[in-house]
Amino acid sequence: MEKVDCIVVGGGLAGLSAAYGLASAGLEVMVLERGDYAGAKNVTGGRLYVSPIRELYPELWAEAPFERAVAREWITMMGDGAHTTFEVAADRFAGETPQSYTVLRARLDQWLAEKAGEKGAMVVPKMKVDELLRREGRVIGIRAGDDEIGADVTVIAEGVLGLLASGAGLRAEPAERDHAVGFKEVIELPPATIEDRWHLNPGEGAAHLFMGAVTKGMLGGGFLYTNKESISLGLVVGMAALKQDPDQGKCFSLLDEFKEMPQIRPLVAGGTVAEYSAHAIAEGGIAQVPRLYGDGYVLAGDTAGLSLNALVTVRGMDFAIASGYHAAQAVLAAKKAGDCSAAGLAGYEQSLRQSFVLKDLETARHIPRIIENPRLFTHYPQAVSRLLESVFTIGPQPSRRLVKTLWRGVRKDFLNVATLKDAWQMRKL
Amino acid sequence: MEIDAKLGLDVFKLDKEPHIVVKNEICSTVCVNRACLYVCPADLYELDDQHRIVVNWEGCLECGTCLICCDARALEWTYPRGEFGVQYRMS
Repeated sequence: MEKVDCIVVGGGLAGLSAAYGLASAGLEVMVLERGDYAGAKNVTGGRLYVSPIRELYPELWAEAPFERAVAREWITMMGDGAHTTFEVAADRFAGETPQSYTVLRARLDQWLAEKAGEKGAMVVPKMKVDELLRREGRVIGIRAGDDEIGADVTVIAEGVLGLLASGAGLRAEPAERDHAVGFKEVIELPPATIEDRWHLNPGEGAAHLFMGAVTKGMLGGGFLYTNKESISLGLVVGMAALKQDPDQGKCFSLLDEFKEMPQIRPLVAGGTVAEYSAHAIAEGGIAQVPRLYGDGYVLAGDTAGLSLNALVTVRGMDFAIASGYHAAQAVLAAKKAGDCSAAGLAGYEQSLRQSFVLKDLETARHIPRIIENPRLFTHYPQAVSRLLESVFTIGPQPSRRLVKTLWRGVRKDFLNVATLKDAWQMRKL
Repeated sequence: MEIDAKLGLDVFKLDKEPHIVVKNEICSTVCVNRACLYVCPADLYELDDQHRIVVNWEGCLECGTCLICCDARALEWTYPRGEFGVQYRMS
């Protein structure tokens, strides 16, 4: 059996980040990617928060093929007959060192594969790993078709479904309660049109999230990210909610209904749909993060459940890159010590616990159960919009004082047993 | 926009063998909700004239939603072989 120092299963951001770190230190690394090229099977919303990872590979990010630095955050709460949009702009969002960028994965992942290749990693496309090879419980390599390749350590970064890892009992199978499905269209629009519609300076980008009527009360929401010459427009819906409610119709048609809503239609007008894609998303938070290492292997990125939907911020790619980085550091230390057993690789989980990855997931421990509350997707977007609608309405009757109007709305929609109970829950946010 | 038209925008490389196989003997005995018929974002699942579930696997976006939502475990589901299946150019 052929043998290398390290095999990386999956040429996504976690795997490539690990390969880059390992190859930079001179290890023999082979990345096996089942697509025609890195990024061929990947989907993001999407936006990458670079701030948390900028110091990990500081030489990389200045030349990365990002789409637009996000300068404006938009949130729209959609009720029946009224909606409310907040637009938040802060100088620091997209100043000299922008905190986040919109990205398209086929471009970003191919670029990172090239960078890992320049460091000496072998990135092999069109190669699907069929099995993790094990001996006495230890992962000793992989089988791809008729080829068996051995490795001291296998970095398992196969994506969110984790078919290989769960098949080998290294993590649980994905459960519907902890997962959502995201599906989106990439819609081409001229850059000037994008900048006009989202109030952007040339080159700047916007992230726009939608809550409420868009998912018909199911856990989830709409998203819109501006790329250089296109927008990514899509929906995320919790799988448990989706499955529970067959009356909502077919899942894919929600996106067409979304595009036809009067608030959305002008935003996509004149655009040309160029691609349609879908992907599962882990939303269970830290409770569903498995043990991250064992004899001869580490789990990274989505396979390790490292993603976080905190309603207004949605993250995963920064966790993937950071977990790949820390995986590489742990493998290097294990190789140096000559111990690639679980004990030798335990530093991986320790360093993730000390980093933002598991700290942020720990901080957000209660979020996955809080956002299961359907009122977040029905009552509140409606109530906020209704309240503001009342403030701006002048009718034939003599008007009330503003304070009275506000108080009536607040008392009706925000001060009852259900909402007070919600407020008590939300203290954990 | 019709779902078929959307899928027509994507690049698919088709293998000879399907990567999803529906075990209808389980669907017809164990399954109660037939979630695959409405959760698939590519709308690939349908009933044939004998009320058996068929999957038009050629247009699969490889998201795994059907697999995760299938309580009856009636799907044999793997990724397509290397270099086959959907190849996203942007996303």
